[in-house]
Amino acid sequence: MSEGTHTIIDRSDVAAVNTGAKSKGELYVKKEKIYPKNVSGIYRRLKWIIMAITLGIYYITPWIRWDRGPIAPHQAVLLDMAHRRFYFFFIEIWPQELYFVAGLLVMAGVGLFLVTSVVGRAWCGYSCPQTVWTDLFIAVEAFFEGDRNARMKLEAAPYGLRKLAIRFAKHLTWLLIAVATGGAWIFYFADAPTLLKELLTGQAAFIAYGTIAVLTFTTYVLGGLMREQVCIYMCPWPRIQAAMLDEDSLVVTYNDWRGEPRSRGTKKSKAEGLVAGDCVDCNACVAVCPTGIDIRDGQQMECITCALCIDACDSIMEKLDRPKRLIEYTTLRDYNHNMALATAGGNGINPLLVRMPQGGFVDGVKHFNWHTVFRPRTFIYMGMWSLIGLGMLIALLTRDHLRINVLHDRNPIAVKLSDGSMRNGYTVKLLNMQPDGRSVTLSIEDLPGSEMTVAGMEDKKGRSVEIPLEPDKLANLHVFVSVSPQLLKPGKSQFKIVASDFRVGSTAVYDATFDTEGVSQ
Amino acid sequence: MSNNKRDLDHISGVETTGHEWDGIKELDNPMPRWWLWTLYATIVFAIGYTIVYPAFPGLTTNSKGLWGWSSRGDIEQTMAGVAEGRKGVEDKIAAADIAAVMADPEMKAFAVSAGGSTFKVRCAACHGSGAQGAVGFPNLNDDDWVWGGKPDQIVATIAHGVRAVDGATRQSQMPAFGAGVLKPEQIAQVANYAWTLSGGKAEDEAAAKAGQQVFADNCAACHGDQGQGNQDMGAPKLADQIWLYKGSVADIAAQVNNPKHGVMPAWEPQLGPVKVKELAAYVISLGGSK
Repeated sequence: MSEGTHTIIDRSDVAAVNTGAKSKGELYVKKEKIYPKNVSGIYRRLKWIIMAITLGIYYITPWIRWDRGPIAPHQAVLLDMAHRRFYFFFIEIWPQELYFVAGLLVMAGVGLFLVTSVVGRAWCGYSCPQTVWTDLFIAVEAFFEGDRNARMKLEAAPYGLRKLAIRFAKHLTWLLIAVATGGAWIFYFADAPTLLKELLTGQAAFIAYGTIAVLTFTTYVLGGLMREQVCIYMCPWPRIQAAMLDEDSLVVTYNDWRGEPRSRGTKKSKAEGLVAGDCVDCNACVAVCPTGIDIRDGQQMECITCALCIDACDSIMEKLDRPKRLIEYTTLRDYNHNMALATAGGNGINPLLVRMPQGGFVDGVKHFNWHTVFRPRTFIYMGMWSLIGLGMLIALLTRDHLRINVLHDRNPIAVKLSDGSMRNGYTVKLLNMQPDGRSVTLSIEDLPGSEMTVAGMEDKKGRSVEIPLEPDKLANLHVFVSVSPQLLKPGKSQFKIVASDFRVGSTAVYDATFDTEGVSQ
Repeated sequence: MSNNKRDLDHISGVETTGHEWDGIKELDNPMPRWWLWTLYATIVFAIGYTIVYPAFPGLTTNSKGLWGWSSRGDIEQTMAGVAEGRKGVEDKIAAADIAAVMADPEMKAFAVSAGGSTFKVRCAACHGSGAQGAVGFPNLNDDDWVWGGKPDQIVATIAHGVRAVDGATRQSQMPAFGAGVLKPEQIAQVANYAWTLSGGKAEDEAAAKAGQQVFADNCAACHGDQGQGNQDMGAPKLADQIWLYKGSVADIAAQVNNPKHGVMPAWEPQLGPVKVKELAAYVISLGGSK
């Protein structure tokens, strides 16, 4: 190193705002504003890409069209609350099938376990809406107010025309983003083009405007004003993740086995014969941190593993011509191994034990290895995830589009007729879950001497009745079943109410009960 | 304890109220700002609220508020809205006869539902909440009708009642045969015979046989020679399994000796023709009409 570090790098005068465990004793800490410094690098680029994809999915999805024929809406993804249907491309779900949604949530949960066990809190760092929107809001802030130092200067400056103008523009942009966020949400619940037209002409339902207002408020407050406070104080995931991580999970780690002891003047230390680690204490990692922590304090709850400190540190290491990844994604196992090498001398960390004199590291130092990703735990999670997914897929593909539900009349349960026969009434619900009308045969089985009449179709009597079903509708029938006195058995008799569509061979069976008890008179 | 000097708690550096209990002092922290703001906001809201809404009691009435809102007016408006919404189909029901009501899906759905709720209020006390009836009060679910089970007949029965104060009411009177018309043994004979008409086994075969003549002389005029009844006269069918005043030889004898007669009010004067049709639609929907 021919030059002093002072000449190449900017040293940030910054201290971690959120020191977590260090600030013991205080239950309430006043919020301190964080001014994350702009940074560029591979992880910053990755975050931009993921932001573009996630926001793109969120905003564009409701506008994708999907032809479902004349009777169903043509929106690819639609939660139709009014008609109680959930459309997802080729899938149509009725409220009775909401377990598919529950299954999806279980898959999302297991997926989160899987991701966390492999790459730690990647969800927090890259794809959590709180992170994505906060990132976007910080980008807007940096656009109007400039980078970290300019923002701090503006904050300290008295309110003048310029400051007011800049602040106004920033908050206005934030609010516009927030309105667009809330606005996009409601398009998932109604036909998007129609709703947009109604929204703009003031004809949409109050609930639409109310939802937009609430989501505008939450987006603005959570993404613009509260930011890291949401992650640190409101979100349960930072607490849960501790149980998800193991020593083979990749987490953002400061490699103090090569960074310590920190030295601001390496040249000077060298001249004095002191051992100096790679960390030059420039605080770049602290300055870029969106949650205001110092990663060098070790893994901590406040860290959302956005990896921006890796980018920041890498750029410094590059300038200093030292190996990159002083801060890196590494596993606790590797870290402990390397730490053991560096402390083998018994006198604290000695980076000379892991460093080669000509640069680079000794052979014993462990680096990231793909094998850590594939271990029993991740295989189990993957297996669970795929099994649930496969099970749901099979259930989805083989599900029946004809269903029956029966409710026995209970007041009165049984009615005695003048010829001595006994009659029970049933509310029969037939679900035609296909987009075409059809005729279904409703019949009673295993009940000797029985005869059926359907209210409204009294002309058709007998053991079975043809019921016309409208497309994608539920038919609500009142069915009377009577048993002749000669074949009447006292008490409860089990029988079947069967709905069959012989053309497509689908059958729905309900195990019903015929009861002679509870007869008045 | 209290003096003009500020008493600071040395651990937290916060001023105390100066009150002390067993060495424990109360800190005098300021209210959280959000809490104070909320309080001020509620005060502002309360002032506005008392101006636009009724708020202050007077001697005879209360302040009406700028908007003139009242909960009574609110419910009146709601009910007017409900009536407005019902008007269309109610007008159609008023203009149609019961057969037309039952044939039209919209009218039928409305009438059955509306009739069901009227039934719970007006009819359930005697006929039961499920119209299952009780001793002396006919079961409306079954297919046995004293005054006829055709839709028109049901409407007429509900409209004018049974033995009610109404010019067109259903009127029938079975004589008290125990009051000097038949001798007790004749009553026992005819009761045994009537019981066999519905397929029952007579308690006394000989009496039942003798009862046949008593029946032909005294009962067949109304109840028919086979006990088939006569709906025009309101004479119940005896040759079936349904007995309004319980079915047994003793019960029949009691009814012959000194008959009970049920009364149903005429509902049309109280409820109007639309509600009567709705009630009939509900009764028909129970499945026994024919």
